[in-house]
Amino acid sequence: MNFDDTPEEAAFRAKAREWVQANAPKEYEEELSQASLGRITLKKGDMVEVGKAWQKKKFDAGWSCLSWPKEYGGRGATPIEKVIWQQEEGVYGKLTQPFQIGEGMCGPTVMAFGSEEDKRRRLPKLASGEEIWCQLFSEPSAGSDVAGLRTRAERDGDGWIVNGQKIWTSGAHYSNYGLLFARTDPDAPKHKGLTMFFLDMKSPGVEVRPIKQASGMSEFNEVYFTDVRIPDSQRLGNVGDGWNVSLTTLMNERMSIGSRLATGFPEIFAFCSDFVTEHGPALDDRAVRAKLADWAVKSSGLKYTAYRSLSALSRGERPGPENSIGKLVAGTMVQDIATFAMDLEGAAGALTGAADAEVGGRFQTMWIGAPGTRIAGGTDEILRNIIAERVLGLPGDIRVDKNVPFNKIPTKGR
Amino acid sequence: MNFEFSDDQKQLRDQARRFLAEKCPPKAVRAVLEGSAGYDKALWSGLAEMGFLGVAIPEEFGGTGAGHLELCVIAEEMGRALAPVPFSSTVYLAAEALMLAGSDAQKQKWLPKIASGEAVGALALFEGPGNPSPQAIKVAAANGVLNGVKKPVADGAIADFAIVAARVGSSGRETDIALYLVDLKAGGVEAKTLTNVDPSRNQAELTFKNCKAEPLGAANEGWSILTRVLDRAAVLMAFEQVGGADRALEMGRDYALDRIAFGRQIGSFQAIKHILADMYVAATLARSNCYYGAWALSTNAGELGEAAATARISATQAFQHCSKQNIQVHGGMGFTWEFDCHLYYRRSNALALSLGSLSYWEDQLIERMRKKNVA
Repeated sequence: MNFDDTPEEAAFRAKAREWVQANAPKEYEEELSQASLGRITLKKGDMVEVGKAWQKKKFDAGWSCLSWPKEYGGRGATPIEKVIWQQEEGVYGKLTQPFQIGEGMCGPTVMAFGSEEDKRRRLPKLASGEEIWCQLFSEPSAGSDVAGLRTRAERDGDGWIVNGQKIWTSGAHYSNYGLLFARTDPDAPKHKGLTMFFLDMKSPGVEVRPIKQASGMSEFNEVYFTDVRIPDSQRLGNVGDGWNVSLTTLMNERMSIGSRLATGFPEIFAFCSDFVTEHGPALDDRAVRAKLADWAVKSSGLKYTAYRSLSALSRGERPGPENSIGKLVAGTMVQDIATFAMDLEGAAGALTGAADAEVGGRFQTMWIGAPGTRIAGGTDEILRNIIAERVLGLPGDIRVDKNVPFNKIPTKGR
Repeated sequence: MNFEFSDDQKQLRDQARRFLAEKCPPKAVRAVLEGSAGYDKALWSGLAEMGFLGVAIPEEFGGTGAGHLELCVIAEEMGRALAPVPFSSTVYLAAEALMLAGSDAQKQKWLPKIASGEAVGALALFEGPGNPSPQAIKVAAANGVLNGVKKPVADGAIADFAIVAARVGSSGRETDIALYLVDLKAGGVEAKTLTNVDPSRNQAELTFKNCKAEPLGAANEGWSILTRVLDRAAVLMAFEQVGGADRALEMGRDYALDRIAFGRQIGSFQAIKHILADMYVAATLARSNCYYGAWALSTNAGELGEAAATARISATQAFQHCSKQNIQVHGGMGFTWEFDCHLYYRRSNALALSLGSLSYWEDQLIERMRKKNVA
């Protein structure tokens, strides 16, 4: 039992480290390392533009989309090499935020179901950061129940006409292409009438509107489709087989290991080490210690759970299901930690201005964003269902809408 | 990165699991729980024959000399099977204390007997309510004899020898405490079995009356040796706890698949699924933290103190959570004497309270993290 690289891994790491050292945009290092939670905005530059420049530089040197085949712009690297790269890329990895959905979900789906021509035309541009992709799955009436989506794609000669609305689309406003999940047969049961496409986000009839979130920020969008035309050649997989195609997309998302989830623990430990309450230093308080210890072991448990998965990758094995706990644990932790820090601050915990709030309002920002973390990318409840069904082997929920034609499923509760 | 047990260690785990499945089914646990033997003597001999008792004891002292990672995988299986034997007292505490601080003669005398199953050991530390603290130790050592009362002492009434923490000074410092080795069969000590939450394991009161005792380790280092022994034992105990947590999770999962209510498997209800998913989360975090502890224990890493506290807290939480929720998933049947759920509930709480309870280790962890931060 050890944490050491194999000789091959060590050689790969040295190469990656040397390249990052020589090429990373060091002027953003400090700002990036301080931005530990949530979406990042840069003071000195536009996040997407800085990200694109970094992505292009990596692409030219063969450090982009590492696990993709070379002919599509990747490096053909092993899963453990990809993780080692992420470790060495370090804080600069945060600059890849705009490209992660493309690399992790859209690209692999195009690779599995797209035409050879599209693969060669689109994927290298995705890998180089020249073109950004977004994922158009969620809808106002299809969140956790994504197969309940209503956006319609209707046959029209050698193409399709799309009408409907998507929501919670990250990066839609700067994306060039989108992976679109649409309903092609409303008379079929809901999982059977779906088809996957990709489309040019600049197509006539596509309208992107930012959503103002509960936090006051706008990190996501609504996307409206009005008679948008998509050529049939941009269909991914068979008509009516979209559900299976989407499973490929989501499977790729879950295979991505090693991206460290923010838990808020380093922040709360540092805060309690400095903060003095009316009873004295916070760290001397038994109640504070009990809470910190609980979060410390959760944070450590997540770290070493990831290490177990990495060990499997290092041996060339498929990681076990243990990594499925990550977001479930981290999401609640962030919320609890932020709320606890504000409690220690007393009435002043309500202040948010950078000048008046404790530690620049870091915990208040964490607190207002936390509810979103527990919902985005699978709610806590969906994640528990996944663990129960896929890991523990419990039966799926009984579905009342399973074999009913989609257009006969009730749409209102009362 | 190789943060995993080796194939040989996994084979040893499988071997231990098969052995315990045969020799330690729930009815063997119940025999001790409902009887007065204090432990399962046949199982104890069997464990010795398999070489499990001396797996971390060097060959020159009668063990197999395999190592502590091997001991970790066996500990996990002991926890899974709720083995009703003084394994933790003898192997994690007494043997570790001897290996850490014993003289060559002491090691020669006791370690081979531990490995062969001839001697049961115990650690006599607590004196009534409270967690480990030098101030709480009143049992006095003077002129080679001990006087005073220790309780509770895990496996105290079935042990052949004990490591006793005793007071030799009154300066108020840790150096007031020294460790002694006492042959419990040589007279001067009275053992009384105490009733406790988990009767499948012995708890006792030991009364020392001018009891002959020999020093274990340097006189002024008693507390520091004890702290190191507790850290080492905490990692091993955590594996035992994670084994129990996993088994409780399996029991709940299996029952949720078998039991029909409202015309369907109860495991198809989200209320039940989410309970079981949370049990899996707790058990998984604990297992990963235990691996961290195992790494630190087997390499004597500087991080052992932090790793031990981390593994111990996480595994205590997981076993208590899983054993409690296993009963909840079972509903009324889980609260019967006949079903095995309460055996796990009892053991999880007994283990949680041994070696210093949760609040003690929480305090230790934060103190150790603070010191590291300052350093």
